[in-house]
Amino acid sequence: MTDFLAEPGLPQPPDPVAPLGPVAVAVAVAAPTMRVPSAWWRLLLRRPTFLVGAGIVLFWIVCAIFGHLFAPYNPLAQQLLEANAAPSASHWFGTDPLGRDMLSRVIVGARDILVITPLATILGTVIGTALGLAMGYLGGALDLVASRIVEAVLALPAVMTAFLFIVALGPSTTTLIIVIGFIFTPLIARTVRAAVLAERHLDYLSAARLLGENPMRVMFGEILPNVMPAILVEFTVRLGYAIFAVATLSFLGFGVQPPTPDWGADIAANYGNLVSGYWWQTLFPALAIASLVTAVNLITDSIEQVLSS
Amino acid sequence: MATFLLRRLGLMLLTLWILSLIVFFAGQILPGDPGRAILGPLAAQSAVHALDVQLGVNRPLLTRYLSWIGGAVHGNFGVSYTYRTAVEPFVQAALINSVKLALLAFVIVVPLGIVGGVIAALNAGRAVDRIISVTGLSLATVPEFVSGIVLIVVFGVELKVLPVSAAAGQNASDLEQFRHLILPAIPLVFVLFGYIARMARAGTIEALNSDYTRTAILKGLPRITVIRRHVLRNSLLPTITVIATQTGYLIGGLVVVETLFNYQGIGNLIYKAATAKDFPMLEAGILTIGVVYVLATLAADLLLIALNPRLRIGGTE
Repeated sequence: MTDFLAEPGLPQPPDPVAPLGPVAVAVAVAAPTMRVPSAWWRLLLRRPTFLVGAGIVLFWIVCAIFGHLFAPYNPLAQQLLEANAAPSASHWFGTDPLGRDMLSRVIVGARDILVITPLATILGTVIGTALGLAMGYLGGALDLVASRIVEAVLALPAVMTAFLFIVALGPSTTTLIIVIGFIFTPLIARTVRAAVLAERHLDYLSAARLLGENPMRVMFGEILPNVMPAILVEFTVRLGYAIFAVATLSFLGFGVQPPTPDWGADIAANYGNLVSGYWWQTLFPALAIASLVTAVNLITDSIEQVLSS
Repeated sequence: MATFLLRRLGLMLLTLWILSLIVFFAGQILPGDPGRAILGPLAAQSAVHALDVQLGVNRPLLTRYLSWIGGAVHGNFGVSYTYRTAVEPFVQAALINSVKLALLAFVIVVPLGIVGGVIAALNAGRAVDRIISVTGLSLATVPEFVSGIVLIVVFGVELKVLPVSAAAGQNASDLEQFRHLILPAIPLVFVLFGYIARMARAGTIEALNSDYTRTAILKGLPRITVIRRHVLRNSLLPTITVIATQTGYLIGGLVVVETLFNYQGIGNLIYKAATAKDFPMLEAGILTIGVVYVLATLAADLLLIALNPRLRIGGTE
């Protein structure tokens, strides 16, 4: 990630707060071939991997918002006479042990994961970016203390930390968002800090300092736009891991609570029936998770490619 | 060199101390009233109070932290709420089981990941590279229970060639135990492959673009010699760090795999402690994983110094 940061000519979003005069000149020196975001979008839209990934994500977003309108059945309606039915014309994905339609549950089950993961990732990115900017630019005691805390949090696998806090706070959608956002904060802070350190000795920062701009203005007005590509990549990478974390926590019973349809929770409820041959109850939610994760990764990969090209 | 080691050890202890604060905060302060958490909302207040006194959680926070951390330093993590006996034997047995599973996963994934990453780097930008990179990234983010279930269906239920449970029984031979661990190890391999391949790829590309590689090519050495003697020796150093940092994940992130395959490892122990609100067991398990991670990182640093003479001479940074 650091290798493309060192390259000049990164596509940069325009800096709206940079005043005219020496600072603007200095910024232009640091990034001579600034491209506008629309060029950036055009490059992205030309990549088939991005289009496929975005298409799948869009599909699940539509399911999450409007799924209850076009799902063939009510995902909570139990038809006990049709329990454990194999996929057929009336139930494309079969039914679960309570006779609920799996297709409807998979469609509506997109909702919670698509609400929790972006919100948690945004929370972690916003706090992590602020922390990383402060650690990298201000340095000193703050950097030392924050680095130790970051390292301590990183010593635990994310799912474990989530466990500890969810057990203590009790599972709910809000808890999940806060806990996952909290776990991502140090990871994002570390990336932003490294990106800031790479910028620290560039001329435009000396210029800003010499002009007497206050540290907040320098961090958020000058450095932030220039480390934005690194943050964007980190954000999409984290989004993939957030899906992983939410699905895993649901599977373990610490996420969305039944009877609300949810991919991870549905897998947990039905995987015991695999031995009886009812594979459709587990396979389709599993494929849904895998497709969402793969789609996010395709997007991440395209963004990285575009930024480093 | 000596100052570097001392500094490194000091930082390690500091990290562990902060970790203990986090675990203590989450395990003992956030739940509020442990007696209430264990007995549930319907229990009488007098019973809750009696349990709090018995557990010692009605004492001031600082006293509780000092007695908890004092015990933990001596390897005494308290008494399990569930089993009413010391938690250490449980944690110890579970850790040994997890290490066996993690070792098997490592033995498979490390060569595979390095070879995959190097092949991707040698074909950088071409289709092979994209396939390896995207597959690695996707496998790394597909949850273990998803890949685990697919494996169970294919190899355990349909083909019936491998056992679906990791528990081989008390008197099973080593070979039998090994057979039971193959399926659980594969989801872990999937998750780790992406990380290791990515790191090996980045390191190899950096080495390929270096001056010494150009010199080696220009002086007419065969391609295979250049790659073996000049590229690989330099490119695999950062990979070692990644492998070490993933040890923490492997020992701890096993929770899903161990639950799915019913294996008595530390992940399963923590999961059961979490569902039973057995906070001393939960804290001991999580702190153990933290210690394993910190030690693995230290080992990686030492290994890097041993392998890279420049770091030895350079001293501190």
